[in-house]
Amino acid sequence: MQFGVFSVSDITRDPVSGQTPSEAERIDAIVKIAVKAEEVGLDVFGIGEHHNPPFFSSSPTTLLSHIAALTERLIVTTATTLITTNDPVRLAEEYAMLQHLSKGRMDLMLGRGNTAPVYPWFGQDIRKGLPLALEHYNLLHRLWREDVVDWEGEFRTPLQGFTSTPRPLDDVPPFVWHGSIRTPEIAEQAAFYGNGFFANHIFWPSAHSKRLIDFYRRRFEHYGHGTQKQAVVGLGGQVYLAKRSQDAVKEFRPYFDEAPVYGHGPSLEDFAQGTPLSVGSPQEVIDKTLTFQETFGDYQRQMFLLDHAGMPLNMVLDQLELLGGEVVPVLRRELASRRDPESAEAPTHAARVKAKYGDEPARQPRPNANRGDNVTGASPYQDSDAQAEYPSLG
Amino acid sequence: MNAPQTPSTEPFRLVVVSGGTSDPSSTRMLADRIADRVRRLAEDRGEAVRSEVIDLRELAGEITTAIVSQLMGPKMTRAIEALGAADAIVASAPVYKAAPSGLFSSFFHVLDNDLLIAKPVVLAATAGTARHALVIDDQMRSLFAYLRTMTVPTSVFAATEDWNAKELGERIDRAAIELLLLMESGFAGKVRSESWKSYQHEYGSAGGTELDIDLSSDLMRLATGGTTAKPRKA
Repeated sequence: MQFGVFSVSDITRDPVSGQTPSEAERIDAIVKIAVKAEEVGLDVFGIGEHHNPPFFSSSPTTLLSHIAALTERLIVTTATTLITTNDPVRLAEEYAMLQHLSKGRMDLMLGRGNTAPVYPWFGQDIRKGLPLALEHYNLLHRLWREDVVDWEGEFRTPLQGFTSTPRPLDDVPPFVWHGSIRTPEIAEQAAFYGNGFFANHIFWPSAHSKRLIDFYRRRFEHYGHGTQKQAVVGLGGQVYLAKRSQDAVKEFRPYFDEAPVYGHGPSLEDFAQGTPLSVGSPQEVIDKTLTFQETFGDYQRQMFLLDHAGMPLNMVLDQLELLGGEVVPVLRRELASRRDPESAEAPTHAARVKAKYGDEPARQPRPNANRGDNVTGASPYQDSDAQAEYPSLG
Repeated sequence: MNAPQTPSTEPFRLVVVSGGTSDPSSTRMLADRIADRVRRLAEDRGEAVRSEVIDLRELAGEITTAIVSQLMGPKMTRAIEALGAADAIVASAPVYKAAPSGLFSSFFHVLDNDLLIAKPVVLAATAGTARHALVIDDQMRSLFAYLRTMTVPTSVFAATEDWNAKELGERIDRAAIELLLLMESGFAGKVRSESWKSYQHEYGSAGGTELDIDLSSDLMRLATGGTTAKPRKA
């Protein structure tokens, strides 16, 4: 079981101090938060992707490779990578590069993005968001698994004899989570490929997320990747901690009340009652988080949203201390004791290398020589049988 | 979600939605008169009606919360369950500024588009002046058409001067028998069992009951490595 924190990268006015951080301040802060996450014993840090203010994270792989360089154990991931407005070829290249630089300490979560104006900036149309996401992933999946890809689809210019470089580290593709709240096609795609499925699990009651997770588990088994229990499930969640319950509520309320998305709506109490949010003492947060396992069965990754709504850096770092110091160790123990031995392990590069090669050495692709025109001819790698067929004139 | 036709031994489930905000409220009184009339007519014909009232005043906070955050509170959740199970509905709004009240409209705005498909509805409204008499037919009917409900032909409007008029009673009688006949016909149940799939749904819509997944759709083919692209000419 992996525990982590994820951020949407919002730059929000602190409703208590009235200050809005600069982009530079917020970017520095997020790096400190990620480093702190490792320091307090968490396993994962995730960042969102946005292409408009008030968010900073337009280039997640740049940020994540920097964080990977500053840490030793932390897995860096996204929440989410836009599979709609990004070219899947660029995603294949950028995330493979991140995989090499982080020595496999990375994965990614795919999402569609629901900000309509962003789509046309990248030549796309939100009304086509779902088929875009599905088709783009089909291509991304092949680009990481086949040295030479011929491809043709509805949304992207065709590829002929294309090799995405660098090849994935150890020729083992990055692990992919498909994130969705209410789209069965996304759960189906995750199940079809044997990838992970992630439920955001922030705004809606657990029962909403459970429907799709159960569907994903059934389809995962249907496609022969393992039993329903072996499907790879991740959940979001949102916490605010203080030693004493009443302090947590008092400190968090101004941030909750003005939070983007749900601020000025439900009361903190109603929202905590109706959704996975827990605001309280470490024990209260532990108790509520343990109900997730009761609802969804054993799962592999729990991500918490901590830094948002204008919360200042020192407050987030204090939250991390409490989360890593008092909550996660108990959750690890409790969940380990409840865990069905049949359930899947959390995904890591090392385990995936082992699953592919056993004790044999991993493949290390070495390109054929440059023919002088900056390509390697029809076969890109020395050990590859793949042959590119280039279009011919006439 | 194919709701079976209500067997004749079960009482009809009538849900009254009242947008009245005072207590007592004339909007609620009008709705109650219609519901009572439906119940009596049904009794005369050897049928039973069980009615339930959703007073929107009590849901006001949860309605605004649902608009801004999509979070359904416990009262909204119960109201949605009741409406989903209803055989017929009486929807009664006060007229404010020449329109059904915002509270009333907002409540219906946050319901799933497919929650009320084909259900018979009596539309009613109250106002301080007869000049608002067309609010039901001009404004409320279009909202309920969007929701694909079966609104009865007679709408029941009551301005201050109507409360003593026997014509109001006659209109209530008319609307009540129209509603009862639609309930008796099992129209909603039949539409839902025979044609449910032909309406637009989302996963988890219809108040969380619409959970059918069509695995043979074009998008599902695309989800599983297939393509929707047309083959290019050779």
